[in-house]
Amino acid sequence: MSQTQPINPFAEMQAGRPTGPLVQGYEVIIGFETHTQLTTQSKIFSRASTAFGAEPNTQASAVDFALPGALPVMNKGAVQRAIEFGLAVNAHIAEHSVFARKNYFYPDLPKGYQISQFEIPVVQGGSVEFFLDGEKRAVRLVRAHLEEDAGKSLHEDFIGMSGIDLNRAGTPLLEIVTEPDMRSSAEAVAYAKELHKIVTWIGICDGNMQEGSFRCDANVSVRKPGEPLGTRREIKNLNSFKFMQQAIDFEVRWQIEQIEDGHTIQQATVLFDPDTGETRSMRTKEDAADYRYFPDPDLPPLVIGRDWVEKTRAEMSELPRVMAARFVADYGLPEYDAGQLTQSKATAAYFEAVAAASKQAKLASNWVMGELSRRLNSEEKPIEASTVSAIQLAALIGRISDGTISNNAARQVFDALWTGESQDVDAIIEAKGLKQMSDTGELEKIIDDVLAANAKNVEEVRAGNAKAMNALVGQAMKATKGKANPAQVNELLKKKLG
Amino acid sequence: MSSMKSSPDLHDLGVAQLAAKLAAREVSSVEATQHFLARLAQDKLGAFLATNADVSLAQAKAADARLAAGERTPLLGVPLAHKDVFVTRDFPTTAGSKILENYRSPFDATVVKNLGIEGAGMVTLGKLNCDEFAMGSGNDNSAYKPVKNPWDLERIPGGSSGGSAAAVAARLVPAATGTDTGGSIRQPASLTGITGIKPTYGRCSRYGMVAFASSLDQAGPMARSALDCALLLSAMAGPDPDRDSTSLDLPATDYATDLIAASQDAARALPLKGLRIGLPTQFFGAGCAPDVLAAVRAALAEYEKLGATLVDVSLPLTELSIPVYYVIAPAEASSNLSRFDGVRYGHRAANYTDLNDMYKKSRSEGFGDEATRRIMIGTYVLSHGYYDAYYLKAQKIRRLIAQDFQTAFTQCDIIAGPVSPTVAWKIGEKSDDPVANYLADIYTLSSSLAGLPGMSVPAGFGAGGMPVGLQLIGNYFKEAQLLGAAHQFQLATDWHLRQPPSL
Amino acid sequence: MALTPQDIARVANLARLELRPDETEHTLAQLNGFFALVEQMDAVNTEGVEPLAHPAAVIGDIALRLREDIASEPNQREASQVSAPAVERGLFLVPKVIE
Repeated sequence: MSQTQPINPFAEMQAGRPTGPLVQGYEVIIGFETHTQLTTQSKIFSRASTAFGAEPNTQASAVDFALPGALPVMNKGAVQRAIEFGLAVNAHIAEHSVFARKNYFYPDLPKGYQISQFEIPVVQGGSVEFFLDGEKRAVRLVRAHLEEDAGKSLHEDFIGMSGIDLNRAGTPLLEIVTEPDMRSSAEAVAYAKELHKIVTWIGICDGNMQEGSFRCDANVSVRKPGEPLGTRREIKNLNSFKFMQQAIDFEVRWQIEQIEDGHTIQQATVLFDPDTGETRSMRTKEDAADYRYFPDPDLPPLVIGRDWVEKTRAEMSELPRVMAARFVADYGLPEYDAGQLTQSKATAAYFEAVAAASKQAKLASNWVMGELSRRLNSEEKPIEASTVSAIQLAALIGRISDGTISNNAARQVFDALWTGESQDVDAIIEAKGLKQMSDTGELEKIIDDVLAANAKNVEEVRAGNAKAMNALVGQAMKATKGKANPAQVNELLKKKLG
Repeated sequence: MSSMKSSPDLHDLGVAQLAAKLAAREVSSVEATQHFLARLAQDKLGAFLATNADVSLAQAKAADARLAAGERTPLLGVPLAHKDVFVTRDFPTTAGSKILENYRSPFDATVVKNLGIEGAGMVTLGKLNCDEFAMGSGNDNSAYKPVKNPWDLERIPGGSSGGSAAAVAARLVPAATGTDTGGSIRQPASLTGITGIKPTYGRCSRYGMVAFASSLDQAGPMARSALDCALLLSAMAGPDPDRDSTSLDLPATDYATDLIAASQDAARALPLKGLRIGLPTQFFGAGCAPDVLAAVRAALAEYEKLGATLVDVSLPLTELSIPVYYVIAPAEASSNLSRFDGVRYGHRAANYTDLNDMYKKSRSEGFGDEATRRIMIGTYVLSHGYYDAYYLKAQKIRRLIAQDFQTAFTQCDIIAGPVSPTVAWKIGEKSDDPVANYLADIYTLSSSLAGLPGMSVPAGFGAGGMPVGLQLIGNYFKEAQLLGAAHQFQLATDWHLRQPPSL
Repeated sequence: MALTPQDIARVANLARLELRPDETEHTLAQLNGFFALVEQMDAVNTEGVEPLAHPAAVIGDIALRLREDIASEPNQREASQVSAPAVERGLFLVPKVIE
């Protein structure tokens, strides 16, 4: 492949793409480039540590400082993670890929070039699937390639100067590039969230967006449907899903305004300012256009044998989308539930434990997605820190399904478990007297009293007024202090009035 | 100086002989070191860029301690000096460039480590002058001072390892390291009448060699004899998996034992019987000066006496190796030299307006003409729209050149010819004609592009009594065969024992 | 084809070099002399020939050596900054980087 040839012709890229919601009559077209920092112990080409937050320049070796005579030596762990990602998105793992030098001058780029992959990346193709408003979407990937991260320029504290810290220089990155397949900011965010879920699920990236472990660049353009692709602007370093949506929405509005005002969009790299909620054009790196890529003579081709790929495939844990499909098939859950329950490995594991112990998959799903996650969210706790164990929740669900307690009562029991008032479900039911009344003799007596005391309603019911029936049920429930099973009360009333 | 009196002729000994004296404890490493330090203090050639007597003597003491403890390894206690492109903790490293003036490396190059007191136990006498970033064939591109050829102080010693060659030829050191990218060991060895070998690409670790052209750079020894080179190469070479991804996965080999054995039965008739020496017609054309051709042919006749047979072979793309090399090497160099930006080490301009101005002024002040020229060429051939026509095209022809060698090696075991088309020229003669300099590399470039081992063996004298070297090129990993062939020649001739009249 | 002064200026800027006007002229002449030599390459038919990036690849496939993922480099900031032009609190100082 020659250097100038594009990786994909536009026609092919757009084959059968659904048009998203139009904004003021414009179609929004978004592509993503995501830099994921890989969870290796050491850097991609040196044995220096990748740990975050150390004293400046204390985690850099001769290679990371680009000292004269230093040479790169490739980290097997980074390749392993690239293979795992490729398998997770059904991509092709290249048996042969090549490291190239991307040449440009920048103080945080110590060698004056970045070692990356250009013509032949390690991961080729693949796709990321997710749900958007209950509708299934797939964003195609162009590639994912291995490269080294740059250092950091610190602008504060030095009058007229910047300080260069090379601790981050050489941290392994997997840059994941999509086709321009997204048609709205919502779809873009959904894609980013799904990608984030995948890389954290398989453990190749810690996903920490504040620390820059998962950095998204969005290529945004707009056009009237059917017209050729508009000029794109790249929004750099979107490090939160919230900003991502705001930034894209602003950018889309801005581009449409420009066009409507008769201006043309210039290709540019922009930054999002969370304070103003606006994007602003970056001072473009001079001659950024000419990186003079060429194969790095310090690094022979990266060769990945099929056996390595198959071994990795065999050792990989079940992927979220596979697990979700299993939840639908084995537990008969709606796809929405399955998707929610597979947001994290821990949530999925918790659900499966509850479902197994209670044999009530849908109830388990409802409680994990409902009461449990509500409590976890309000206390900002991860599910691992839940004070209610899967076994306890299963026991609670058991008592609901065998009719011992009502849903309302169950919430009180859950409360008691959560606050640690007690560990034992039955003990709580007992102590709080939440058992539903099952002694029909006693119930019939109460209902007779209710019927006697509410002759008017009885009349109306006989006259066929459903509302009146509800009133009678209400009275009966009140008389039993809510301990009766409403269904049972209904039954008895019908019988007596029927 | 007592050491001078106790051993007046130490500097006339080769590595093997000096090692024997040290092993027999007839002389101590400290005495030998003092002797050479005293000699090189009188250096009139400009061969040295840095020395440090305290460091050298400390290393010598350590070597003597190991000798006293009964250790007997081939190079223990023998002094040498390193070309200044090898980074060293104990001496400054400049690569002959102003941009690295006073640079101090926090680590030693693998080759330095292997030979040094942590390894084979050799004593470092200092750092040797060279063309800036090893770019040159006359050593007149050193940012510090030119090096003079001990055979004629008006002439260049060759380059880029000119300091190494001159120091060995003038017996300021028993041996030295050099690096060869397009001929930088072989050509100066030839022009100063010493022996030097550039091993197969990847045989010696490049870790700690200031990079010029990464796919071509290779370290090698420079000494008076093939045996001395064999002793050094045995210690220098070997895989470096933790530091250099291009170092070969071949165990370090002992190149010397067979040679020493061969010396024993030197009387043996036709010791090279069966050896087929290929002569590329392209190496013996009009481009080569008659005096050089005469010396080379005489040497080949000697080889026939030793039992070797001469066969004609063809390396049709020999001339093309010049443009191919001068596209590829500058391209890699332009990228390798980007790290010299005045940010983390090296020269930073005193006055600048902003970041870009600091880059430009620091680099323009720091790099000499040839380095600047090659950065310009390399940047251009890699730049948008030219990559395919120049860099890619050159890499394709490079493969054809390498394949031509493989074809030739089906007809012969070793390829022989001149190293340089002329003997050493006068200082300044070609200084402002880069292309003329490039053309003079014609016989060394093709084997460099192919990554093949090659050496220069003293083969006689040409015009003005200047030395002429015979080039021997072997197939991949055939260093032992090359050294053996050179050694047999040196058992039968004494060209390598001649010393410059100025001594 | 011959290089123009504009080419020289563009390349010098890419390489972060500053050439004095007289140097530019001189360099232009030398580079054009050099590229006349390079044009010889056009005569060679390289159709279907793989570029050779690593010499050893001529005699057999070569593969990148991979090392185990172990962090073992100690803090070497001090020794690595001995030759630094400007350092403050362990950071390399450069003229302000504007983004």
